[in-house]
This record gives sequence, C-alpha cells and structure tokens, in this order.
Amino acid sequence: MTQAAFYSLIAGALAGIGIYGLITQRHLLRRILAVNVLGNSVFLLLVALARRHPDYVDPVPHAMVLTGIVIAVSATAFALVLARRYYAETGLNHLPEDEE
Amino acid sequence: MATLSLPLAFFLPLLTALAVFLVRARRAPWLPLLGALATVVAVADVVRQVAEHGPQVHHLGGWQPPLGVELYADGLSALMLGMTALVGLAVTLYAGPYLRGKGYNTELFWPLWLVQWATLNGTFLSADLFNLYVMLELLTLTAAPLAAMAGDRPSLGAAMRYLLLALLGSLAYLLGVALLYGGTGTLHLREVGELVGADAHTAVAAALITAGLFAKAAVFPLHMWLMPAHSNAPAPASAALSALVAKAGLYLVLRLWLWVFPVLLSTYMGWLIGALGALAVLYGSLQALRQPRLKQVIAYSTIAQLGYLLLLLPMVVIPAAAVHAWQGVAYHALAHGFAKSAAFLAAGNMLYSLGHDRLEGLRGLTPYLSITVLTLGLAFASLMALPPSGGFLAKWLLLSGAISGGQWPWAVVIILGSVLAAAYAFRVLAVAHAAPPAGYTEVRPAQRVPRIMEWVPLLLVLIVYAMGVTAMPALGLLEQGAPEGLQ
Repeated sequence: MTQAAFYSLIAGALAGIGIYGLITQRHLLRRILAVNVLGNSVFLLLVALARRHPDYVDPVPHAMVLTGIVIAVSATAFALVLARRYYAETGLNHLPEDEE
Repeated sequence: MATLSLPLAFFLPLLTALAVFLVRARRAPWLPLLGALATVVAVADVVRQVAEHGPQVHHLGGWQPPLGVELYADGLSALMLGMTALVGLAVTLYAGPYLRGKGYNTELFWPLWLVQWATLNGTFLSADLFNLYVMLELLTLTAAPLAAMAGDRPSLGAAMRYLLLALLGSLAYLLGVALLYGGTGTLHLREVGELVGADAHTAVAAALITAGLFAKAAVFPLHMWLMPAHSNAPAPASAALSALVAKAGLYLVLRLWLWVFPVLLSTYMGWLIGALGALAVLYGSLQALRQPRLKQVIAYSTIAQLGYLLLLLPMVVIPAAAVHAWQGVAYHALAHGFAKSAAFLAAGNMLYSLGHDRLEGLRGLTPYLSITVLTLGLAFASLMALPPSGGFLAKWLLLSGAISGGQWPWAVVIILGSVLAAAYAFRVLAVAHAAPPAGYTEVRPAQRVPRIMEWVPLLLVLIVYAMGVTAMPALGLLEQGAPEGLQ
C-alpha cells in the first residue's frame, strides 16, 4: 500500500467518524467538534493527494489545506460564540429536535 | 485594462465593508451607500462588456491557472450579477432606516452585508472550484450571523442549525473537489469538465458536491433550516438571504452540472434531480399555505420557487425542450430574486409598523400601508406567474419547453406550483384587504413607516414587470457563453 493510499483510508475513516458524530450527538460542542473532525479528514485527504506522484510533492493541495484551515478556524470560532450565546439565552446546550 | 471591472465587482463591496468596519457606520452613514453605488457601476460595466464582447476573463494578479484564480463572466454570470446589484442596492437603501427604527445594531449589519455582497459576486464570477469553496464558506459565515441578528431564542437556534448544516454541506463540496482534483490535476471549472469521464470516481465527486450544495440551497429534503433562519432574520437580511444567498447555491448546482459534469447527466440522473425539485415545489407551497406568519409564508415560498430551478436538469437532456427550459430557468431565477426580495421588504414594513406579522392581525391594513400592500400583491402575482410579470414569462418558457419536449410530468408540476402559489398569496392578500370585523377597533399602525421604505420595495417589484414587458435584453445576454445546444 502506498503512503497516499494509507492516508486516504485514514481520511475516509475520520470522515465517517465526523459525519456519525454530527448526526448522532446532540450537545452543540460535540457537534462543532464533529464538524472539525470531518474538516480534518478532508484536509488529510488533500495532503495525501499531494503525494500521489512518487517523485515530487504537488503544492496546490497544500495551499488548499492552508486556506481551509483558516476558514475552519473562523467557522469554529463563530460556531462557539453562537453556541455560548444560545446557551446564555436559553440555558440549553442542544437544539430542540422537534422544532420545525 | 478592459476587464478590470470583474475584480472591482468583487473587491469594491469587500473594501467598503472593511472601511465601514474601521471607521464605524455611525460616523460615516453614507459610506455603505457609496460602496453600493460603486459596486452597481462596476457590475453595470461587466454586464455591458459581456453583452458587447462576449464572455470576459480576468486572471487575478496576472497569474495564469492552475496556480492563479480566474474570474470569468458569461451571460449567466452577468445576469446573476446584475440581479444581485439591483437587489443589493435596494437592501442597502432599505436597511438603514429599518434597522435604526427596529433597534438593531447597524454596526454589525453593514460589514456582514457588504462582505456577503462581495461573496455573492465572487460566487458568480469564479471559474475555480476551490475558490468557489471559499465563497461558499464565506456565504455561510455571513448568512448565519445575519440570521442570528435578533439575538433571541428562535433566531439563535435557527442560525445554529443553519450553520451546522451549511458547514457539513461545504465540507462535502470540498471533499468532492478534492476527488476531482485527484483525478484531473486541475481546479479550473472548464478544464475539469473537459478531463472528467463518466466513471464511478467522477460520480462520487458529483454526488458529494451536489449533496453539499443542496444542503446550502435548502433543496428538499435538506430544507428544514431555511424557514426559521430566513423568517427570524431582520427583513433586509431575509430579502438578501432568500433572493440571493440560497439561489447562489442552486446557481452552482446548475453551473457545475452543465459545465463540469455534463458527461454524467443522463435522462435518469436528470429525472432524479428534477424529482427533488418537483417535491420542493409541492412541499414548500403546501407548507406556505399552513403558516401563521407572513414571513414564514414567504420563506416557505422560497423553498418552492427554488425547486423550479432544478427542473432544468431533466429537460436539458431533451433537445426539443433544452433551449426553452434554459431560458425559462434563468428568467425564473431573476424574476424570483426581485419578487422575493420585494415581498420580504414589504413584510418588513408591516413588521415595522405593527410590531408583528401574524396573518390574522393584518386585517384592514390596506388603507394605512397601501403602497406596501400593493408591492406585496405585485410580488405575489409574479410568484404565481400572472401576466405581464417576469414570473409569467419564466413559467411560460419552462412550460413550453416541457410541452414541446413531451415532458408532461414537469408541466403538471409547473402548473400545480403556480396554482398553489396563488392559494397562499390570496390567503395573505384577502386578509390584508378585508374590512375589519364589527367591533374591531382600527389597526392604526403604531409606527409610521419612512417613505423610502415604502418606495424601495415598490421600485424593486416594478423591475419584474419591466422584465415581463421586454425579455429580449436578458435572453440575448444569456446566450453569451452558453453551453453548446443552448444558444
């Protein structure tokens, strides 16, 4: 198994964990963490893709991951602020599931 | 440089947002409007150039793809940019008095809204799959705070739900883009389209990208977040979210299927996506009939009206139906953008004046808010496709495409959707025009609505009727850079 294939498989497993967590968990912090796990799986896949040629490393996926990390940090920061504000306003740490 | 207006259409609102954030809107209240006017001028120049010289290309910083980011404007982008500019100008004019009157924090609104405008323009102009991912995330990160601006329980919950689903959607999109890049070694929209084959690898990428965009555009069955998020946002933000942001997601669905994945677009695949659109039309309209509040009705109507856009994919594979369906869908996107934003701004006036938008409380409102009720009626008339509105022309084109291609199921959906739209529209208008029942003290509006807030939505909805009178400029523009077989 090549290095790229190995890391791609790990990325797939992480993506599964992230999506599973986002669907099954109710606590907002856990759901935000699940989104982050999912995001990291995509970044890992991109880093693995960069090594798909045996001779050289492709820089474009690295640039994509760097940009992606910046976006993930801002999105997480905003999600955390929103979750705190939601908790302060309602005293709930999860969304009411039956709400339409 | 000839094509400088392409980057300007993106950077002008962005720089204005930065300037407003730094100097504070309180100290320079004219700054957002100045930025909006400058953006409209830049967009007008893009539209003019596309109309005169065909599709325009600009490489940011002089860097060629694959490393550089390409901005690309064809007829479809130009139309969407133009619609965004007019709706954006209206939102900018309306937002100041509305937010001040309702006690919202305008310092928060202006940077968010102007970044959102820049992002929308960027979405319509990008020819790079990764750049589109950045735009999608920026749309989420500006739309969710706008939805949460009221800061109360329903709006915070709605924004949270929207944020989580939208983040999932954009990560699914990015995963699909990563797979495409792994297969083709490029991120350029048209190059990827030339390199991909109809294999399992492309199909997985297309499925991830489409599902991600469906979550962002609230396509049935991923629509649950839209109604609470759009109906609890301040009215100008609701108008932008419903008329522009959700539509940007669907614009990308159509753009990617027609430019990147046409090899996968079989009759079967078209039917699958079209069926989701048809379900959205029926489900959204039926839900709109049951809502107790005006903004909820309008928000559910957005789910329904966006569903029509997906009917393009099953019809585009049938040569007899393709051209009409393409023109109809593009025209529908424009007409819906103007009508829906006008409807939300009109609903904002009622909310502003009465302090609520419960339907039963609108009884006998017409004498007090006559221009607003007229605006709402005209907007609804376009949504239910009455002539001579742009909505009528759009549905007419779609319908003639469906019939000449022998696609009866879609024709039935289009007609049924319009009938249901009439039902929920008359439910609202009947109440607003009704005489107050006996013993009912007059609903003298508690707060006078500033005149500009009455006239801006009316002017916006009149654009839809101008579109109904003459379709040639828009349809001629649409031909620029259209895919083969759709010109």
